[in-house]
Amino acid sequence: MTCSEFLALLDDLIDDSVTAETRAELQAHLHGCEHCEVTLNTTRKTIEIYRSHEIYDLPAGLRERLHAAIMARCKKGC
Amino acid sequence: MAIIQPIAVELEPHPDVALVERVRGGDVSAYDTLVRKYERQIFRIAQHITQNREDAEDVMQDAFLKAYEKLEQFQGNSKFYTWLVRIAVNESLMRLRKRRTGKMVSIDEDVETEEGSVPRDLADWAPDPEQNYNQSELAEILRKTIQGLPQGFRIVFVLRDVEGLSTEETAETLGLSIPAVKSRLLRARLQLRERLSRYFRRKKGPGETRNEK
Repeated sequence: MTCSEFLALLDDLIDDSVTAETRAELQAHLHGCEHCEVTLNTTRKTIEIYRSHEIYDLPAGLRERLHAAIMARCKKGC
Repeated sequence: MAIIQPIAVELEPHPDVALVERVRGGDVSAYDTLVRKYERQIFRIAQHITQNREDAEDVMQDAFLKAYEKLEQFQGNSKFYTWLVRIAVNESLMRLRKRRTGKMVSIDEDVETEEGSVPRDLADWAPDPEQNYNQSELAEILRKTIQGLPQGFRIVFVLRDVEGLSTEETAETLGLSIPAVKSRLLRARLQLRERLSRYFRRKKGPGETRNEK
């Protein structure tokens, strides 16, 4: 397996949607390719970091205000 | 000989289904529950697309009001959340269009770039690289980095990886084919990775000592 072939399957590997056979081929490639190993690990980390950090926080006060405005209009029939 | 019985798969109805039914029956408090459940996500999605706080607030309100008005049209063959996200994405794009005084805005914007197709920066990252920054520095880095992505990649990444929609749901929400979502997701992930490497790479060189015990 070449690095380009590995890269084409990177998302499927990350999303765990590969067959056992393909997974074994990908693992075999990883074993001998530091670049692809770094790409896989840092891409996984990228996703994890965006998932676990709230970068657009909705402060409680603002949330309550927006929530109240939405519900007031819904009660009036919008 | 043993007969393999088909396994009866009893799909539990999604809890939103009952809430939607109650709203349809005139119970506004059930809608209150749905709004509380999804307001953060809808605000985040609107903020990612409009990149403007006031617009995101407006989009969030408008999306929930529109969903309430149109609830009769909700078919129930997709999840309520996915349907709501679709409304929020459309409202966000409309808001952007207004801001740009009528200039067309679409999720296909700037997707022709080849950047990020092939990883260039192959430096490994420090272990737990986010710990080198405080919370607000890190949030700023993450915001700046994702804002630099082309719109069409950013939306796919946000829906798929941040908000947890499936590939199929993302495709349906954005009106894209599944291969288009997959290709954009890969490039979004690789571009973000490449850009974050500037901040998170393992530092080597003069002045750096390895701290091994």
